[in-house]
Amino acid sequence: MLSRLNRLVAYALTPLFLLFFAGLSYAKEPTGSRPEGWNLLNLPVGVSSLSRNSYELHMILMWVCVAIGVVVFGIMFYSMIAHRKSLGREPATFHESTKVEMLWTIIPVLILVALAWPATTYLVERYDTDEADMDIKITGYQWKWQYEYLGEDVQFMSELSTPESAIYGDSPKSEFYLSEVSEPLVLPVGKKIRFLVTAKDVIHSWWVIDLGVKKDAIPGFVNETWVRIDEPGVYRGFCTELCGKGHAFMPIVVNAVPEDEYNGWLADKKVAVAAERELAKKTFTLDELMTKGEEAYNRSCAACHMGNGEGITGAFPALKGSAVALGAVETHMDVVINGVAGTGMQAFGGQLSEVDLAAIITYERNAWGNDMKDIVQPVDVLKFKQGQ
Amino acid sequence: MAYGPEKGIGRWLFSTNHKDIGTMYLWFSFAMFLLGGFFAMVIRAELFEPGMQIVNPEFFNQMTTMHGLVMVFGAIMPSFVGLANWLIPMQIGAPDMALPRLNNLSFWILPFGFTLLASTLFMEGGAPNFGWTFYAPLSTTYAPSTVNFFIFGVHIIGASSIMGSINIIATVLNLRAPGMTLMKMPLFVWTWLITAFLLVAVMPVLAGTVTMMLMDINFGTSFFDAAGGGDPVLFQHVFWFFGHPEVYIIILPAFGVVSAVIPTFSRKPLFGYSSMVYATSAIAFLSFIVWAHHMFTVGMPLAGELYFMYATMLIAVPTGVKVFNWITTMFRGSLTFETPMLYAIAFIILFTIGGFTGLMMAMAPVDIQYHDTYFIVSHFHYVMVAGAVFAMTSGIYYWLPKWTGKMYNEAMGKAQFWVSFIGFNIAFFPQHFLGLAGMPRRYADYSLQFAEWNMVSSIGAFMYGAAQLFFLYNVISTIIAGKPAPQEKTWEGAEGLEWTLSSPPPYHSFTTPPQVK
Repeated sequence: MLSRLNRLVAYALTPLFLLFFAGLSYAKEPTGSRPEGWNLLNLPVGVSSLSRNSYELHMILMWVCVAIGVVVFGIMFYSMIAHRKSLGREPATFHESTKVEMLWTIIPVLILVALAWPATTYLVERYDTDEADMDIKITGYQWKWQYEYLGEDVQFMSELSTPESAIYGDSPKSEFYLSEVSEPLVLPVGKKIRFLVTAKDVIHSWWVIDLGVKKDAIPGFVNETWVRIDEPGVYRGFCTELCGKGHAFMPIVVNAVPEDEYNGWLADKKVAVAAERELAKKTFTLDELMTKGEEAYNRSCAACHMGNGEGITGAFPALKGSAVALGAVETHMDVVINGVAGTGMQAFGGQLSEVDLAAIITYERNAWGNDMKDIVQPVDVLKFKQGQ
Repeated sequence: MAYGPEKGIGRWLFSTNHKDIGTMYLWFSFAMFLLGGFFAMVIRAELFEPGMQIVNPEFFNQMTTMHGLVMVFGAIMPSFVGLANWLIPMQIGAPDMALPRLNNLSFWILPFGFTLLASTLFMEGGAPNFGWTFYAPLSTTYAPSTVNFFIFGVHIIGASSIMGSINIIATVLNLRAPGMTLMKMPLFVWTWLITAFLLVAVMPVLAGTVTMMLMDINFGTSFFDAAGGGDPVLFQHVFWFFGHPEVYIIILPAFGVVSAVIPTFSRKPLFGYSSMVYATSAIAFLSFIVWAHHMFTVGMPLAGELYFMYATMLIAVPTGVKVFNWITTMFRGSLTFETPMLYAIAFIILFTIGGFTGLMMAMAPVDIQYHDTYFIVSHFHYVMVAGAVFAMTSGIYYWLPKWTGKMYNEAMGKAQFWVSFIGFNIAFFPQHFLGLAGMPRRYADYSLQFAEWNMVSSIGAFMYGAAQLFFLYNVISTIIAGKPAPQEKTWEGAEGLEWTLSSPPPYHSFTTPPQVK
């Protein structure tokens, strides 16, 4: 019974293998919308020369492997079917042949040389970061990205916008669950864009599959890469270097738009930046700061110190009843603005606006039973920063 | 005076006998295999559908890290050391290993190393959560305080490996029976000799790496911290200088097992014995000069990237030679398909698929898309599980009758194989799709387009996990209630000195050296 089953499975294996690889070769059209998961079997072609070259090389390699596989496994399955003891086969006695060994050393070498040719060409192209039209500095943080339009005085943080309740099943998951952000990176199509990639804490890696760009963001070093996007659209990506507990929760969204639309967006953005600066001069009430503070705290601080301010024992300290939150305002501002060297506490001074910083500090001193009743105004933060 | 094992617990605690120590290694590694497998089940259960259901992301990272560490250092490596302990003296016609007391020490420090490592699960801060590759600064500045336990655990495990390797080198070079020249040794002995040299060369590098971490964390140095003049990428260079030979350390003994099983059930001598030896040596040499192909996205200079790409592609050549030799061994043989042979054939097929994806990711411009995705996860499980673990399982079924004098149940063995084989492929083949579609590895949660194949993968993983309990049952029921194995010719086509001994073999394998012609 079992031996018959074995034979059946052996016969079935070859076509199954072929079927698997045929399935692999099924390419999907690059689009901004989310396709059905069952059909996602292959690398997307993407929308840049880099991603197209990767795709092309991928397909060449796959067919070469399929061809070798058909020959090698073909011979193997032929032996398994034709040279069975149950058919009364007597074994041959040959066990050596220098000629054959030479042959199957040299042929693979030739195949490899042939493959090395396109691979080298594509790699050289990838490294050509010269003569870019614009520069974007990408900085990885635990667990968000900062985008800086160099020379334009525009920069912002881009964080996951999927609510925690959706992750823990308390609210429905949207179409772009874990692939949606507070503010996408807006880029013009048709321009050569140079990315300068770095990180502030641990190593991250910035990857958008449709752009064919993946570069490690390494603290203390700046990596260069580039892309020229061919088609407008929304392209989604992920962090691809393990960076702690929020690794899966710092996606990337690139909004590629025509050049004039990009210029319009940039102008609006600059106006918004100026308005934000103006706001920092205003004096807020405790209630205003607490409302703003709660919102900003949940966005930027709750990942480690938790929504209830109790932190995670052994990893992230509690703020509820902590010496910093209940101590001198200057020390508290110093910790939030400059971070704590050698720990996971980042320097938020460069990441958040004065209003948000003031609101967060005020919130931390007056929430969860902390009752300092003191107010930190955006001007205080500004003065503290200038005083350094 | 008749010589035999001591009575009671002393037989195991103070053992200097290669078979007893081999048995302990095998049971220890199987226990670790189940532990690491349990971690894998937690991972796959969490990834069964999108959203966090069972664990939180913090603990998920501890699971992926511990799964990797336990499987690589606790399950696969010690299992092959156990196999080496059992087989090498029997295959070269020696009474025991050359350094029996060292043998005892190298085994008995292992449980302490893993106790240190596993105890962190119950400590404040939790187990290591920075991946089995523990890249700095996530594993230094940003690590939980338990990282020091991890570091000392790795030191102990490394010391054990080095001692085990020295013992194997000493045994193979000094205790061969008269007439057994190096080029007459069974291939399993050859692959282990080369593996042992690899281990002696790279384990100290790993020890150096974790020592630098220890210094960075506790004594204010900055080896891996750019703010102090160090370099996080330096960590990756030293780690992979250890890490790449490490994967060959895992797979070479597996090659040795398959090179014994395939000729036996083909009833035909191994094709191209000497080319197998040369190919193994070539793979070992190449393993030292390709490490940075794990780092194609770190921002190496173009020349460096090109060099590592070309060098990596070369590995396909000797690896191909080995596969071609196995298939030519089967060609025009007289084949039967007992459980060890099924596992060996599955090894060749699945390892070759893993080799194909390996060749694909050697190509830097496309590896940039594959890097750190599920495509990689799939690749290394095809070579680590369907490679090393399948070969190991094949070896256990193959030599178990010799070791115990009892025969396993063939129908049960075959059934276990098919559950294992099908489960494995359901678990890991769809991960190719996931990776190509863009799912990064080490993700505690994922976007909705990855839901379908993740669910399939989880189902396969549970099936493969269950097959291992089935395997445990097969082994135990053989030891307790197996039918006696035939004294003459357990396997019709088996060749080699170990088959000239009784089943089970005498306590001191060869008390007088056999003559090898």
